[in-house]
Amino acid sequence: MIFSENFIEITYIIATALFILSLKWLSSPTTARHGVWAGEIGMGLAIAGTLLHFGIVDLKLVFVGLVLGAIIGVPLGKVAMTAVPQRTALSHAFGALCVTLVGTAEFYLRAPNIPPFMMAVLSLEVILGSLTFTGSLMAAAKLQELRWPPQRPVTYRGQNFVNLATLALAVIVAVVLVLHPDQTRLFPALIFIPLVFGVMLIIPIGGADMPTVISLLNSYAGLSAAAMGFVLNSKLLIIAGALDGSSGFILSVIMSKAMNRSFTNVLFGGFGQIQAAAAGGQEAKPVKSATAEEAAAILSAANRVAIVPGYGMAVAQAQHKVRELYDALTKRGVDVRFGIHPVAGRMPGHMNVLLAEADIPYDKLMEMDAINGDFPQTDVALVIGANDVTNPAARTEQSSPIYGMPILDVDKARTVMVIKRGMGAGFAGIENPLYYLDSTLMLFGDAKGFVGNIVRELSGGHG
Amino acid sequence: MKLDLLTSLYVFMLAAFIGFEVIRRVSPLLHTPLMSLTNALDAIAVVGAIVLAAEHKTTLAAILGTIAIVAATSNIVGGFIITDRMLRMFKSSGPKKP
Repeated sequence: MIFSENFIEITYIIATALFILSLKWLSSPTTARHGVWAGEIGMGLAIAGTLLHFGIVDLKLVFVGLVLGAIIGVPLGKVAMTAVPQRTALSHAFGALCVTLVGTAEFYLRAPNIPPFMMAVLSLEVILGSLTFTGSLMAAAKLQELRWPPQRPVTYRGQNFVNLATLALAVIVAVVLVLHPDQTRLFPALIFIPLVFGVMLIIPIGGADMPTVISLLNSYAGLSAAAMGFVLNSKLLIIAGALDGSSGFILSVIMSKAMNRSFTNVLFGGFGQIQAAAAGGQEAKPVKSATAEEAAAILSAANRVAIVPGYGMAVAQAQHKVRELYDALTKRGVDVRFGIHPVAGRMPGHMNVLLAEADIPYDKLMEMDAINGDFPQTDVALVIGANDVTNPAARTEQSSPIYGMPILDVDKARTVMVIKRGMGAGFAGIENPLYYLDSTLMLFGDAKGFVGNIVRELSGGHG
Repeated sequence: MKLDLLTSLYVFMLAAFIGFEVIRRVSPLLHTPLMSLTNALDAIAVVGAIVLAAEHKTTLAAILGTIAIVAATSNIVGGFIITDRMLRMFKSSGPKKP
């Protein structure tokens, strides 16, 4: 028995090391797939070790659970790349569900003999787990654009107060349980209140804020798993939870900086409330527009082109046409690179995945900081389906709601081309002075169609 | 028991530091696979659920444990599959460098 217990711990230690290596290998695309293998081996070892656990009576239910989980997991692993954000949100919900259920079972197994510190951690586990569960389901539903909840932020007066009061109520219940763990009747409230809070937390958040929300929920899911590790005294779980928690935390910070939100905004989830800009006073200014033929001529004469894609490109399903444009220009000796804003997709890094899926080499996908210095030497910056992340007002207009937000400095390129359906403003209703620059040409039309036309002009014309 | 919790706190703190340092180095290029991979690794919570379902101390614990296994396993299987699918798509333009 001692032998098997030590054996289990050894499998856990190896699994822990493999998990850390797995994340380390993810630092570069060349080694990243090793990371997945390391993670899989670690996971397999840990599960196999656990099955040797000394107290095990019956493995029937375990196998039923594993098989059912695998049956659900396979299709979730095969969703389209555009659907990865909602899949990720859904998996945060599943992770949180697991943690909450285990926490609940542990409470009823142990009550009333639960020491105060243990009960505090258990409460944290259940509160975080429950609110992440409903919060992630809401986020997934919004990303999937289901009929309910609405995409638009739903706000009302005193919302922050109501939300904080709800959370406070959950904390009060937790404190009472810490002091009196025999009050088992109170425990369902510890699950139910955060479940409601999770819904209320996501209701006021709009689609554009999803990258931050997903990262934050990722962090919560990790922290709840770490809390579960404390309860079960499992170092492996504490470490996996801490890794996941810090990963989500780092991503939330990156996303909030990219969206120009303060750090406290992220911690308290108080985002999603960009006030619509006072757009009044702007009379219709003249813009220059160009046809696909003209655009193709300018592009083929360029040495250096930077393409700046936004989520609009993915919505129009234009990434494969963009790839054809990339091929056509590269064949003519034009240096084509992509400038990717951190919030260009619906979750951190999403745009890179969408472009990689279209077979665009990853070494052409440049981060914002890496490409910004090069725009003055860029002949053409081609903006496809992006708006606010290219708005120079963020650098100059102190009155602008996006003032201070880091942007791609496309306005510094010699020529700017913007593919856009019409002159409507971006999600925040903010005017974009980029469109009125002398160096800017507006290409009005659907992203997929227009890029297709440019490609046709390029292949039809002479080199 | 008290010592256990303190040790756990140490482990948590150290793991959080390692997490910060390792994940800070992950290229923004791979932030989506990073999230799906950490999500799959986080589903190691399944070990807690397995013990609950297998020990079968009470019916409630066994049922909750089994549902928890289903939820976590779907994350493990789905998370690894999609992470690998995404990483396979990332190709370099030039000849491979060592």
